[in-house]
Amino acid sequence: MRSYPADYELVTPGSLNAVLQLINDEAGRWTPIAGGTELMVLYGAGRLTARKLVNISLPELRGIVEDGDSISIGGGCSFTQIRRHPGIQKHFPLLAQCASWIGGIANQNRGTIGGNLANASPAADSPPALFAYAAELELISVRGPRRILYEQFHLGYKKTALASDELIGSVILPKRFNGALGYARKVGARNAQAISKICVAAIARLRNGRVVEIRIGMGSVAPTPLRLSRTEQVLLGATPNAATIAEVRRALSSETAPIDDIRSTTSYRTLVAGNLLEEMLRAFAGASP
Amino acid sequence: MSVRQFSVRVNGVERSVTAPSMARLLDVLRHEFDLTGTKEGCGEGECGSCSVILNGELINSCLVPVAQADGATILTIEGVCGHEKLNRVQRAFLECGGAQCGICTPGMILATLHLLDRHPHPTRDQIREGLNGNLCRCTGYMRIFEAAEKAANSESGAVE
Repeated sequence: MRSYPADYELVTPGSLNAVLQLINDEAGRWTPIAGGTELMVLYGAGRLTARKLVNISLPELRGIVEDGDSISIGGGCSFTQIRRHPGIQKHFPLLAQCASWIGGIANQNRGTIGGNLANASPAADSPPALFAYAAELELISVRGPRRILYEQFHLGYKKTALASDELIGSVILPKRFNGALGYARKVGARNAQAISKICVAAIARLRNGRVVEIRIGMGSVAPTPLRLSRTEQVLLGATPNAATIAEVRRALSSETAPIDDIRSTTSYRTLVAGNLLEEMLRAFAGASP
Repeated sequence: MSVRQFSVRVNGVERSVTAPSMARLLDVLRHEFDLTGTKEGCGEGECGSCSVILNGELINSCLVPVAQADGATILTIEGVCGHEKLNRVQRAFLECGGAQCGICTPGMILATLHLLDRHPHPTRDQIREGLNGNLCRCTGYMRIFEAAEKAANSESGAVE
């Protein structure tokens, strides 16, 4: 353990309003900590530069609200809560699947969806499902809530649209994917406790063998989690066959920038990203009447 | 002032500790409460040696600041069963040879208990997933999985 606890301070203002007031009054001074599965790792390694932390593990952020049109997941919900929610299992199964990829059971019990997004690792496990399901975020501050499309959230490597006094209040998923085909896969060194070499989630609808709707989210191929817009364009109206797959690999190359890093290489990621999309298209073609 | 008093209920007993707010729960358990059954293996939430049950959920205590455990109910390996008796999971680990050096064992037992609470008759795949955050360098896992299955099939309650 490479940090001195006495050098740090963790305050618990106790209510969401008190937290929002603090991070507005003293903007930039207090780093929010929820489940701690990211910040406490840095802390243990002696690499947590933030010395003042504010506890955002709050009941107000841990609700999941379902109505006829959508499910709204509080930013403080753990991945275990997300996996266990019957509405999410039914309407957004890819998100439940992505949640099961995170760390191990003990990490899922503490790690939060808000933390996963705010930490903004390009390898994060939940973003692909959020791209697939057209998620919106509600960002909150003393100035009130504002909504953005999740696609507008990531601005660059570990840089997000969150203002210095904002928290992720909730993730809103619209119930418009019932009956759509789904595909999700994570490639990592182990079946658990592995950061992805590649991860992907997608929904699609086919009619008469042609793709009429497609949304694909992919991780670990760019400085941010990515929606594969160009690849989607290539697929819209197309029939999944060998020629389409070749075009898909070209589109994928044009919009991703996988790197060599501690976990994998550019060439492996390029090849495997294409292989996953090929597997996805074969599954979609096989599943549709 | 970062040093405060925190209260926790550990293994059924109310305890309080004066500590910096960012003291790790793992260190409070081991150094303040002398509950050294919970181990440190990696200090980064990957190995599960530090697993405890906090408010009913399996968590890695190396990743929890004591301030976030204020008011919580905690079960450590010492609280799994009373003195001189064995919980069915502990007995199964003994009978199956599910421990060699023993350092992963407290976490493995807590993870198994947490799993059996939710899946009383787990499949092998569910056992693998339930224990997926607990690493063992000695046994090769097979006897641990057998112990989990044996525990699931045996009567609950303490045995002599």
